[in-house]
Amino acid sequence: MIQLDFVTILYVGGIGLLAIGAAGLVICNNFFRILLALVVAEAGVNLLLVLVGYRGNAAAPILGFGPQGAQMVDPIPQVLVLTAIVIGVGVQALAISVLVRTYRSYGTLDVRELKARFEVDLAAEMGIESTPGSEAPAA
Amino acid sequence: MRNLAALLFTGGLSFLLLVIVSQLNLGETPMIVGQRMLNEAGAEVGAANIVTSVLLAYRAFDTLGELSVLFAAATTAGLVLGHRRSDAVPDPDGGFILRAGADLLFPLLLVVGFYIIIYGHLTPGGGFQGGVILAAAFFVGVLGRPGTSLDHGVIIFIEGFAGASFIGVGLWALFAEGQFLKPMLETGTVGDLVSAGTLPLLSLALGLKVGSELAGLLTALSDTEAGEP
Repeated sequence: MIQLDFVTILYVGGIGLLAIGAAGLVICNNFFRILLALVVAEAGVNLLLVLVGYRGNAAAPILGFGPQGAQMVDPIPQVLVLTAIVIGVGVQALAISVLVRTYRSYGTLDVRELKARFEVDLAAEMGIESTPGSEAPAA
Repeated sequence: MRNLAALLFTGGLSFLLLVIVSQLNLGETPMIVGQRMLNEAGAEVGAANIVTSVLLAYRAFDTLGELSVLFAAATTAGLVLGHRRSDAVPDPDGGFILRAGADLLFPLLLVVGFYIIIYGHLTPGGGFQGGVILAAAFFVGVLGRPGTSLDHGVIIFIEGFAGASFIGVGLWALFAEGQFLKPMLETGTVGDLVSAGTLPLLSLALGLKVGSELAGLLTALSDTEAGEP
C-alpha cells in the first residue's frame, strides 16, 4: 500500500497539471487553447520545482521569520521559479500579441484552417504554384 | 486516433515522472549550495530574505539577463501589435462602477506596490512582485477609461532610467571592488530597513523597470482594435 502523505499529493498534483497541459497542447485545435494549455503545464512545472526544495517542518527562507534554530527550505528552487514565472509572463504576452495579429488578419485561430491558408499565402508570396497537401480542405 | 495517441503520450509521461518522483526521498532534499547560502547569506549580504539575496546578490547578473528577456518580449509585443488606427471603432465605456473602483484602487495599489518593493529584502516580496502590482495600479485606470492611454514618453523614461541605474550600480561595484554587481556598502543589521547595502537600490530599480515594462505591455494589448477584421 502506497502511503499518501502531504508531499506525495502535492507531487502528484504537479505532475497532473503538467500532464493536463501536455495533453491540451496535443489535443486542442485552437491556438488560444494551446496557449492556455501551455500556461497550465508551466504552472505544473513551477510547482514541481518548488517542491524539490521542500523540507518537512521547515520555515520559509527568511532570517528571523520562523522559530529560532528551525530548518529552512531550499531557497534556490524558489529563485528559479521566480525567474521562470516572469519569463513565462513575457512569453505569454508575446504569444497573445501574435495571436491578436493572426486573428485580425485571418479571422480564425483554428490550427488546420490556418495551416492551409498559410501554405497558400506562402506559395503565393514565393511565386510558386500552390500544391494542396493531403491535409488541405477540398476546395 | 490522434486523441488516443495524445492520451497514450500523456499517460506515459505522467508514469515516467511518477516513477522518478517515487525514487526521490520526498521532503528530505539534500541541500549543498542552498544550505551554505542559508548559513552565510545573513553575514555576507545582510538581507533577511534569502530569496532576495540570491536573486540580487549571488545571481544578480542572471536577473539582469532576465530583465533583458522581459524587455525584448515587451518591445516585440508592442512592435507586433502596432498602433491603433485613427478610424478604428472606439471601445465601449467602462461605466461608473469600474471608473470609481479604479480611482479607489489606484492609491492603495501604489502604496502596496512600493511597500513590497522597499521591504523586498526583509519580507516575502521584492522587485518583481512589487513591480507587477505597480503595473496593475496604472493599468486599472486604463481599464476603467478605455481610450485614455498612459504617457509613453514617461513610461520609456522610467524604464530606461531604472535599467540604467541597475547597470550603474553594477558598474560602480565593478570599478570599486572588481566584480560586476557585487553587493556594496555596509550590510548593517539583518532585519533593519536600511540594511543589505545596495540591495534595496537594486530592488527599487528592478521594481520600477518591471512595473513600467508591464504597464506599457498591458496598455499596448488593451489598445489594440477589437472586433472582426
